[in-house]
Amino acid sequence: MTTKFVVGYDGSAASRRALDFAMERAKAGGASIIVAHVLEWSPYSFLTPTEIEERHKRRAEEMARAETAILAPLKAELASSGVEVETAIRYGQVADTLCDIATKSGAAQIFIARQGESGLAARVFGSVAGTLAQCAPVPCTIVP
Amino acid sequence: MNTSIKAAALAAPVAMLSAAPVLAQSIDEKVNQIFASSTGWFVNFIFSPFPGTSFPWIVMWLVIAATVFTLYFGFIQFRAFPHSISLVKGDYSDPNDAGEVSHFQALATALSGTVGLGNIAGVAVAVGIGGPGATFWMILAGLMGMASKFTECTLGVKYRNEYADGTVSGGPMYYMTKGFEERGIPAGKFLAILFSIFCILGAFGGGNMFQANQAHAQITNVVGEFPGWITGLIFAGIVFAVIVGGLKSIASVTEKVVPFMGVLYVATALVIILMNADMIGWAFGQIFAGAFTGLGIAGGMVGALIQGFKRAAFSNEAGVGSAAIAHSAVRTKEPITEGFVSLLEPFIDTVVICTMTALVIIITGQLVSDPNTGLYLLDEGASTIQTVDGNKGVALTSAAFSSAFPFFKYILAIAVILFAFSTMISWSYYGLKAWTFLFGEGQTKELVFKVIFCIFVVIGASASLGPVIDFSDAAIFAMAVVNIIALYLLMPIVKKELDSYLSRLKSGEIKKFS
Repeated sequence: MTTKFVVGYDGSAASRRALDFAMERAKAGGASIIVAHVLEWSPYSFLTPTEIEERHKRRAEEMARAETAILAPLKAELASSGVEVETAIRYGQVADTLCDIATKSGAAQIFIARQGESGLAARVFGSVAGTLAQCAPVPCTIVP
Repeated sequence: MNTSIKAAALAAPVAMLSAAPVLAQSIDEKVNQIFASSTGWFVNFIFSPFPGTSFPWIVMWLVIAATVFTLYFGFIQFRAFPHSISLVKGDYSDPNDAGEVSHFQALATALSGTVGLGNIAGVAVAVGIGGPGATFWMILAGLMGMASKFTECTLGVKYRNEYADGTVSGGPMYYMTKGFEERGIPAGKFLAILFSIFCILGAFGGGNMFQANQAHAQITNVVGEFPGWITGLIFAGIVFAVIVGGLKSIASVTEKVVPFMGVLYVATALVIILMNADMIGWAFGQIFAGAFTGLGIAGGMVGALIQGFKRAAFSNEAGVGSAAIAHSAVRTKEPITEGFVSLLEPFIDTVVICTMTALVIIITGQLVSDPNTGLYLLDEGASTIQTVDGNKGVALTSAAFSSAFPFFKYILAIAVILFAFSTMISWSYYGLKAWTFLFGEGQTKELVFKVIFCIFVVIGASASLGPVIDFSDAAIFAMAVVNIIALYLLMPIVKKELDSYLSRLKSGEIKKFS
């Protein structure tokens, strides 16, 4: 069984740096990569009646958009890299969901970009990278 | 010559200015007059008493239904209560369904449609007319109503329409048509049409005019008297922007603020009650004594009972059918799970929040009683209890809360406006569902409904409390007449679902995910 790395990827330049960094390590160590795209979602948020009615439809649209706009082009691009890449789209709180994917897939490491939250908001609400560093079940690499 | 023209030119606007309030006042009066005279027959029919008594048949209808469902499902509201909580917590939700509507979200949205003025103003009306004893009957009605809600919401999910594009539509009109067909009962379509008509009236009445009316009362309570149609126009404009203009930001802000307002309201009520901890025993004594003797209120024990049941039904809408529309969009493989979740709604709405309001009004001593006899003193009309400052409706609740925290009337005013607004948004949706069931879907048809809805906001804010509250009650109870007939005929289906689910839960086939 090959070693697996989970990479949090949202299509941003920062997350691309994290992915490239993970790709290099994977190439060197013969590991495979799970590119995880997490759509922020809480089952405890509040919705209007109309939003509730359309939720199932919107979810399908959001997943299709994530697949076609973010993951499909990436997969095509990485096909020739020689590293085995699979993708996952999930809903949930970003840090928790990444931990969950890592646990379930038996991954050896998580790679994630730092989103540069340094202001008051990050201090009050915490950042994804910070939360992940605290809750990750496996070693976690935060790429600046 | 020249000066007289000048004088006339100056005098005209002054005269217009001074005439404006008179004109404005008369608009309100006109609206009130036309409204009262055109809806009177409907109100009279719904609230007509049993011959020879003062007991309205409609109240009996709701009570009997809630009792029947409670017994038929073996006190499901108490048996399933812990399971309902773990469903809402998401213990039984498949993680792969993340991103779909959760049980919590369906419950929260349905609650924001019911928690509102019924809990603040409605309770004040009940206690103001029926005395503290009304609270007892209100709590009882809330507990029993949990079974009605369970029945209707299970059916709402089971018989909803799921369209190819992934949207869903559900509610009594769908279980009336599809459920009746399945059981081979005729007249499903007829009942569905009747229900839809009443639902539209309910949306205009309790879901709209009553809200606008009490929001205006609360605003004048804070800033002073001004004509109701002004509030009406402003409200109508905002509602129009949301439901017609699709201005989602307002709606979603409201949806997020309303739950916090609800929590703040209950927390404040608890603080006031705890500050008067020594009076809690006395307050409950008043509630129990009043429930069976009336303590001198108009109509005695029956008066208290009618008020309690009426306001509970109006507040939690159990048996009315509106919740079946709200709950039907949840993502679940088992319709019965939404039934379990929905039974928490009357509990939170009536047993918790309404009781808080009633306790605060009683404990802060808003109702005037005779120190010698302990009986409540009545107003000149001998229909309502005298209050310290002559307040009624939302103003009574406001006075009760302000007596402990003077600034609270401002918070309450904001809460009332937000509650009123979120209830209007919810009911515009229920009404729209009934409207499209009757006339079919289509942009123009939907627009017509939405515009009429906005017009009723203005009427509601302008008319006086009496006719508005009568019409609102009548329209909402008319929905219950039709809906409960359907529930009786379809309850064996719910029973089958319930037995199957409970046996699978027991055997371990249905498992917790976490």
